[in-house]
Amino acid sequence: MNQIWPLPGGVHPEENKAQSMQLPLGEISLPSEMVYPLNQHIGAPAKAIVAVGEQVLTGQLIATARGMISANIHASTSGTVSAIESRQLPHPSGMNGPCIVLTPDGKDESIDFERNENYLELERDELLEKIRNAGITGMGGAGFPTAVKLNPRDEISTLIINGTECEPYITADDMLMQTRADDLIKGTQLLAHLLGNPERALKRVVIGIEDNKPDAIAAVKAAAKETNVEVATFPTRYPSGGEKQLIYILTGQEVPSGQLPASIGIVLQNVGTTVAALEAVRDGKPLIERITTVVGKSLGTQRNIRVKLGTPIQHVLKEHAFNEREASRLIVGGPMMGFALEQDAAPVIKSTNCILAPSKQELPDPPPAQACIRCGMCAEACPASLLPQQMYWYTMAEDYDKLEAHNIRDCIECGACSFVCPSNIPLVQYYRAAKGTMRQIAIDKEKSDRSRQRFEFRQERMAKAELEKEAKRAARKLAAEAAKKKMAEAKASAIDATDSDDPAAAAVARAKAKQLSPEEQKGKLERALSSAQSRLEKAQARLAEADEERKPQLESKLKQAELKVQESLKKLKDLDLNGDNTATSNNTVETNEVDPNDPVAVAIARAKAKMNMDPREKLEANIESLKKRLGTAEEKLAVAQAEGSDTAAALQTGLEKIKGKITTVELELAALPQNSAKPETAPIEQDAASVAIERAKAKAAASASMSPEEKMREQVASMEKRLEKAKERLKKAETEDDKNVEAFRSATQKLEDKLAAARGELEALN
Amino acid sequence: MAFMKITSPHAHSPGNTGDVMKQVILACIPGLVILSYFFGPGTLINVVMASFTAVVCEAAVLKLRNRPIEFYIKDYSAVLTGVLLGLALPPYCPWWIVAIGSASAIILAKQLYGGMGYNPFNPAMVGYVILLISFPVEMTQWAPPRPLLEGGQALMGPMAALQQIWLGVSVDGYTAATPLDVFKQNEGKLLLENMYREAPIFSNGSWAGAGFEWANLGFLAGGGYLLYKKIFTWHTPVSMLATIVIMSFIFYDGGSSNSGGSATFHLFSGATMLGAFFIATDPVSSAVSTRGRLVYGAGIGLLIYLIRVWGNYPDAVAFAVLLMNFAAPFIDHYTLPRTYGHEQSRRATEKQE
Ligand code: SF4
Ligand code: SF4
Repeated sequence: MNQIWPLPGGVHPEENKAQSMQLPLGEISLPSEMVYPLNQHIGAPAKAIVAVGEQVLTGQLIATARGMISANIHASTSGTVSAIESRQLPHPSGMNGPCIVLTPDGKDESIDFERNENYLELERDELLEKIRNAGITGMGGAGFPTAVKLNPRDEISTLIINGTECEPYITADDMLMQTRADDLIKGTQLLAHLLGNPERALKRVVIGIEDNKPDAIAAVKAAAKETNVEVATFPTRYPSGGEKQLIYILTGQEVPSGQLPASIGIVLQNVGTTVAALEAVRDGKPLIERITTVVGKSLGTQRNIRVKLGTPIQHVLKEHAFNEREASRLIVGGPMMGFALEQDAAPVIKSTNCILAPSKQELPDPPPAQACIRCGMCAEACPASLLPQQMYWYTMAEDYDKLEAHNIRDCIECGACSFVCPSNIPLVQYYRAAKGTMRQIAIDKEKSDRSRQRFEFRQERMAKAELEKEAKRAARKLAAEAAKKKMAEAKASAIDATDSDDPAAAAVARAKAKQLSPEEQKGKLERALSSAQSRLEKAQARLAEADEERKPQLESKLKQAELKVQESLKKLKDLDLNGDNTATSNNTVETNEVDPNDPVAVAIARAKAKMNMDPREKLEANIESLKKRLGTAEEKLAVAQAEGSDTAAALQTGLEKIKGKITTVELELAALPQNSAKPETAPIEQDAASVAIERAKAKAAASASMSPEEKMREQVASMEKRLEKAKERLKKAETEDDKNVEAFRSATQKLEDKLAAARGELEALN
Repeated sequence: MAFMKITSPHAHSPGNTGDVMKQVILACIPGLVILSYFFGPGTLINVVMASFTAVVCEAAVLKLRNRPIEFYIKDYSAVLTGVLLGLALPPYCPWWIVAIGSASAIILAKQLYGGMGYNPFNPAMVGYVILLISFPVEMTQWAPPRPLLEGGQALMGPMAALQQIWLGVSVDGYTAATPLDVFKQNEGKLLLENMYREAPIFSNGSWAGAGFEWANLGFLAGGGYLLYKKIFTWHTPVSMLATIVIMSFIFYDGGSSNSGGSATFHLFSGATMLGAFFIATDPVSSAVSTRGRLVYGAGIGLLIYLIRVWGNYPDAVAFAVLLMNFAAPFIDHYTLPRTYGHEQSRRATEKQE
């Protein structure tokens, strides 16, 4: 006998399994309509590939998987596609979703299934492909695509086949194990082959069955004789069949919080899934039917049936003499974790293991909850060793920090706590709500983190731009100053041409003050990196504990976070590599003696380089950068659309804008005269910078020879000109509703003041 | 056809909070019967009066608070509080003692904090302590147990009892010191051996004082029944009793006149067993996790011993329980169990530091 690690906690609800095992496995008639939800699994919904009116055969592919974590869907009978529309889903939310609706023709004509008895000779990838194509997903309830689970990145040492079926009432797996034990063993060997081939470390293959199914145990044990498949039995206790619980019972290992079983080298599959995988590779048969338990005292017949997927539950109930008035509710799944349906129009899907229609005596309406007396029975029952009563308390208090510290994320929502609570408190309901809120809070926090980061980047960028402008201005002034000085020296005149406070020096100083030191920059990058990393971790954690259906979404988010971390790391590395040479410049500045530590010099150089560029080049560079932005924007949009993110619309308009800009720039480029295409032939005098310098020189020369009065007049005149220009700009800004209007206005104001002062001085001189 | 939408789980174990309380009340019976055998009908009358007062007070407050009266009375928590208080009070104490104690337990200690489930302190013990501090004379007069009665004296009958309780007609000489009183007064006088021989309450008893030892056994039996019924776990009572035993061993000092008393003496006198299985296990005001309950129980045991041996009061269950009620939320923060998939247990205050 193998060692069994007893489950901590757990409960033993009335099993109620006998009633559905009295009759042999049954079949029911074809309904008048079949409904195939496009999303029967965890991951992206499948994409319909049939059109309304199309004839399809049994086993024909009608919707294909969209991406890795998704699954194909096949018609389970022949007929005509009558609609592709929103129908009620068999989902806890009770929502509607897109479904393919089929009107059976009653012939049940099938496509040819490609049989292959020597399937074990196929390549591993081929086998996986067959399982994927057959649309097989977890049939125990969760519905995770099986092929993905069979292709883990981690080394797998143990394969566990889950035949526990710990939920009361459900006997579908029991029936399967009794009737198809040989196929179960073959399927198990197939999965072991997939996980242990080539040369992996798979050591143990075990089928776990609760000891309340002696017939199934006997059948499976007989079939497993002389194979390396181990059959382990253990005491009946809910929820032994929970993934994490079964792993502990059979191996004594615990799946670390927030991780998948594969992380400790374990893969777990349901018995139904195992047989379906075998049928896929051996018989070439896609997943189009399953065994479902139909049970409950409001039914005339209680039994297991082999039912075609897509059969409306309504039809199943009708075939079992359902008495609506007696039913207290309608449950898909078991009484512990199943969900109640409001409508019976939803169909049987891949994960529907039980339809439970209890009578009012069987599962009466819950009595009103009493106060929690903190008796601790819930804590005794909790298989995850949580403190449900404390979690309940903090849920009521909305203290999410405390809930986090009480590990509410590790709650598997098994319902054992609610089951035993003498005060009849629907504890799980509270936890679900709290978890939802906590998820939302985490998302919100991430969003605000991101926008804060964006804001900081923007600030930095603006500061940089400002810095550049200032440097340019300083350069111009410096040039003018130099020219002035030269003039003065040449003339050997006694006129003092320089101001006492040197504006260029001041500008340099200011620029320097604004420039981030390399350390500061590094610090910033490091902060960005750590925040990106923490986001990545969070994303991973969330992924692990997320509802299965949100997984793919989260996964893409995770990818993004990973990219970001990498990017940050790279940036940081670059920074380290450059050491001190972390000047803001990333332009290729073609200067000979620019000190990279001097931002002013760099800026001057850059300005010069820009000036040296001819307009065509400039425009071309512009287009280049715009196109790059367009590329990234498109990528982002694609991601957003794939995720169904609500930022997609915003991204779309951004994209349009960039496109518009590109066209304008291109037009401008086209409009440029051809001759300017040869900047190297252009005489040096045409260079804007040189022109400015020349002009300044001339001005300085002129002013040197002028009388103070003339100088003043000159100044006033130039100021008047500047004022006019400023006013023009202001007006333009106002009409265009520019956000810099305020700045323009104050600049104009200042100029006016200055002009008035200058006029006053002039008056005084006269 | 629309069906009812309820979230899982749909199944529920039979029973409700009222059933739990009824079990506890039921488990008090052996102790009550033994008390009545040794001390007459006094305790039974206490229990009836106290529960009656408790239910009346509860109903009145619920009415004031606009709560459904029947729904809450049916949880039997008020009855239980009354029963426990009645068991703890000295037999044949005046009726108003019972009434005041029971009313303060329900109104002050329970309903003012929000009622069932929200009281930080054990209501019965709050009532008891209020009485003990306000009416020390009435609260320390115990009736003599059956073996101590003189030749002609009979055990108090129901009529005499009611007269004493309601009309204050006291029967002369019908009081006796409890074993804990005797022990306290003996401090520094006789060797324990001699005290056991000379004090009638001990010389008439078998191992820890006539009458009281049997009453304690009765409550131990009731507690065993509750453990068997899984009404509570063993952690609190066992750790409390174990602590008392350990303390007794350490401070026994061979039975001198300053000895702390033997383990048997402490386990089977006063309200030890009643406290261990019926008071300390009150879930509402105790610690929640199993580790927490070990600490909580040990704290109560320690305090009981300290107050009995070095404090001013002969018995200390009520004080010890109330003091540990104070500490329970604190204990809870540092005794979370280790959750599945976690290397270590966490602290509840983790996120706030
Ligand atoms: S079982 Fe119910 S009443 Fe008891 S502690 Fe848990 S939540 Fe409270
Ligand atoms: S639902 Fe959560 S808290 Fe309740 S028993 Fe299950 S795991 Fe524990």
